[in-house]
Amino acid sequence: MSAPIYKSYMTDALGPLPFCPGCGHERLLKDLDRALVKLQTDPAKVVIVTDIGCIGLADRYFVANAFHGLHGRSLTYATGLKLARPELTVIVLMGDGGCGIGGTHLLNAARRNVDITLIVANNFNYGMTGGQHSVTTPGGAFTATTPAGNIEAAMDICATVAGAGATWVYRGIGYENDLPDRIVEGVRHPGFALLDVWELCTAYYMPRNQYNKKELYNLVEKSGFETGLLVNKTRPEFGAEYRKQSSHLAAVRQLDILEQGFDHALERQTGIVIAGSAGQKIRSAAGIFSMAGMLSGLHATQKDDYPITVMTGHSVSEVNLSPTRIEYSAIDSPDYFLVFSEDGLKKTHTWIGKLPTTCLLMVDEELALPDTNAHLVKLPFGQAAKDVGRLSIGIIALAAMLKQSELFPLAALRTSITRYQPSAVAEINCKAMDRGMALISRTDD
Amino acid sequence: MAQVFIDGNEAIARGAIKAGCGFFAGYPITPASTILQYMLELLPANGGVALQAEDEIASMGFCIGAAMAGRKAMTATSGPGISLYSENIGLAIVGETPLVIVNVQRQGPATGSATKGAEGDIQFSRWVTSGGMPMIALSPASAGEAYELTVRAFNLAEQLRVPVFLLTSKEIGLTRESVDLDAIELPANVERCRAPETADYQPHDFELPAQVPLISDFGGPHVTQYTTSTHNKEGYLTSDPEVIQEMIDHYIAKIEAVTDAIALYRQDMEQGAKVLIISYGVVSRSVNVAVSELRQRGIKVSSLVLQTLFPVPETIIKSALTGVRKVLVPEMNMGQYRLEIERLAASEIEVVGVNKMDTTLISPAEIIAKGGLA
Ligand SMILES: Cc1ncc(C[n+]2csc(CCOP(=O)(O)OP(=O)(O)O)c2C)c(N)n1
Ligand code: SF4
Ligand SMILES: [Mg+2]
Repeated sequence: MSAPIYKSYMTDALGPLPFCPGCGHERLLKDLDRALVKLQTDPAKVVIVTDIGCIGLADRYFVANAFHGLHGRSLTYATGLKLARPELTVIVLMGDGGCGIGGTHLLNAARRNVDITLIVANNFNYGMTGGQHSVTTPGGAFTATTPAGNIEAAMDICATVAGAGATWVYRGIGYENDLPDRIVEGVRHPGFALLDVWELCTAYYMPRNQYNKKELYNLVEKSGFETGLLVNKTRPEFGAEYRKQSSHLAAVRQLDILEQGFDHALERQTGIVIAGSAGQKIRSAAGIFSMAGMLSGLHATQKDDYPITVMTGHSVSEVNLSPTRIEYSAIDSPDYFLVFSEDGLKKTHTWIGKLPTTCLLMVDEELALPDTNAHLVKLPFGQAAKDVGRLSIGIIALAAMLKQSELFPLAALRTSITRYQPSAVAEINCKAMDRGMALISRTDD
Repeated sequence: MAQVFIDGNEAIARGAIKAGCGFFAGYPITPASTILQYMLELLPANGGVALQAEDEIASMGFCIGAAMAGRKAMTATSGPGISLYSENIGLAIVGETPLVIVNVQRQGPATGSATKGAEGDIQFSRWVTSGGMPMIALSPASAGEAYELTVRAFNLAEQLRVPVFLLTSKEIGLTRESVDLDAIELPANVERCRAPETADYQPHDFELPAQVPLISDFGGPHVTQYTTSTHNKEGYLTSDPEVIQEMIDHYIAKIEAVTDAIALYRQDMEQGAKVLIISYGVVSRSVNVAVSELRQRGIKVSSLVLQTLFPVPETIIKSALTGVRKVLVPEMNMGQYRLEIERLAASEIEVVGVNKMDTTLISPAEIIAKGGLA
């Protein structure tokens, strides 16, 4: 084997490591350095992402790229870096504290399987803030915040991420000589890899719990947690899979361009309210109608209101058409108001009660309306929809309204339907148009 | 005319693609969710990455990582999500990270009315993170403006290495309207100034405080560092008060220096008008109607519509205030931007707010009546 080009990835240019004497973090960083020397990756292609805490002080002692972010969020920066530049080797150093506050990122990194290596410097407490308990503090242990012994259960980080789908999981004691090799394996694993490394916080955890190296080994047995390589399996790496999917994805949907092909006789902004039920394709009908207006040279706005639970209750669309740019899009005084379901009526009940005399109110003949000043026309929308198709009631009502109002040519609506709706839908909606128009001749009789 | 019928959210997504966006991460929230949806649809075909994160904190984290690795990045949410973005916005500021953050405002506080409109996050945008550094916030009034301002937001983010807010609202985000996107003149895309490959590199290098440091992406030619802690120009932790203050002054200076240059506004001044209406966002459209109605009635009135809300375009506001007796500031909040106007208006000018947060739009009639102009 040729001599390594990179003899160390660490530097003492900024002085010695800042940790307390005997702190496990120091040994861990040196093992990481040994692992990097074994890997011989170009330092410009390596990113050490560090979390907050004493372990987070590590970033500036590396000559590789270093990214020191917020407490618990280091996996999120690592994910962004790796997805943006798949050629990077991304290694995260996080304390047990970070595993708590950033628990959701830990679970989701395991599930997502982006090719990141996470090394948890697990010293069973928050070193930096004075030795408070963390998610890994053993039951009964004494910390600054568990003065009478920890009542909470310690989290088994490895079992947790394994349960979340992690593809490579290792646990070991920081004193083991093979740690650099284990780190190398973790980095080489094509997916999310986690090393839970148990170590000592000599300033807080050790003295408070009369701990030493031997106790650390005993803890393995006491905890019942497994050590060694615990998971090693393959699952497609997220980034690679995403890129594969992307290359299969169809080209981007183009926007429908609405070239004017018809004329209109509208002199002012006109507000139209269409009130029906979820599942009646109200939004779609209102959209096709608005686009028909645009084909006639009009400006349009459309706003839809429906419950969060989209498959039940009302669906109300508000459409404005105007010969000039539409500024104010709320419809305080509607010109046309269409209601064809109980849900739609319930939602617009109060509104109907306040409609101006100038408003043409077209409703399904089965509905019991509140008192209104609007010009009321009752039509068998529901019956017509039963014949043509349940989902076409909006088009039926709008075609009737358009025939009555002559806002713009009926041909524009037909063009909008045939041009912008899928052919199967368009076929039904053309019939719906005919039915709607016929309703108007009937009332004229 | 090449009219299309789109809502503000899609306009933002399409604008982002025009701007060269290469990364998007977001977490679903009404009324911003469809931006995530559109980006998932549009980005892959444009060589980018879009994904749903596990929460808003992760959305920001992904974006910051990707932005520092060289991608133009964007995220989108609404008020509750901005609360969770807060800490990471501070990180983006101190790390000098280019990033576009869309806030499709909805009625708040808290969960509020999830599907209803308001523009209640105005001062929240300005003071969004601890430490109180200046923010840039652009506010469009329509789908067309949302398209254009998205490109401008990316340009400012890349030019200045800062997070930039694009503040829209449910009313703009989810209202479809006819717009001719091709007729909108977009500015040329701005790319971040990258450090030359051969030169030594410091991630936060500047001589004058307002200077924007050259950047070298993670994975680029230089070994680089990024930190949330107070740092020096090399990007290393420092506790030297002089250096710390120098960096703070730098974050402020680079935005202050461009205040006038990045002031975007529309002005409709009437000779001799003693009344001025200052507005922004969707409310400005009601103002446009109110102004023409008032003028038809023979009442003289001027209007200043701001698209850049922060840094406050003080020069233009002050000049618009000249000779004015009364300023109306209609807002879909309880008077947030009015604070800025009150601070800038001479004491003899009466500053009147027209405010509500009942989820409905402020109408032209309300502006005229509540403003005492009827
Ligand atoms: C959001 C946030 N909350 C709290 C803190 C304070 N804080 C700094 S370090 C730390 C705990 C770190 O513990 P651990 O991750 O175990 O690292 P160690 O110091 O033990 O290496 C905390 C809570 C912070 N920096 N940010
Ligand atoms: S406080 Fe604990 S974790 Fe921090 S440096 Fe000292 S021994 Fe290490
Ligand atoms: Mg710890």
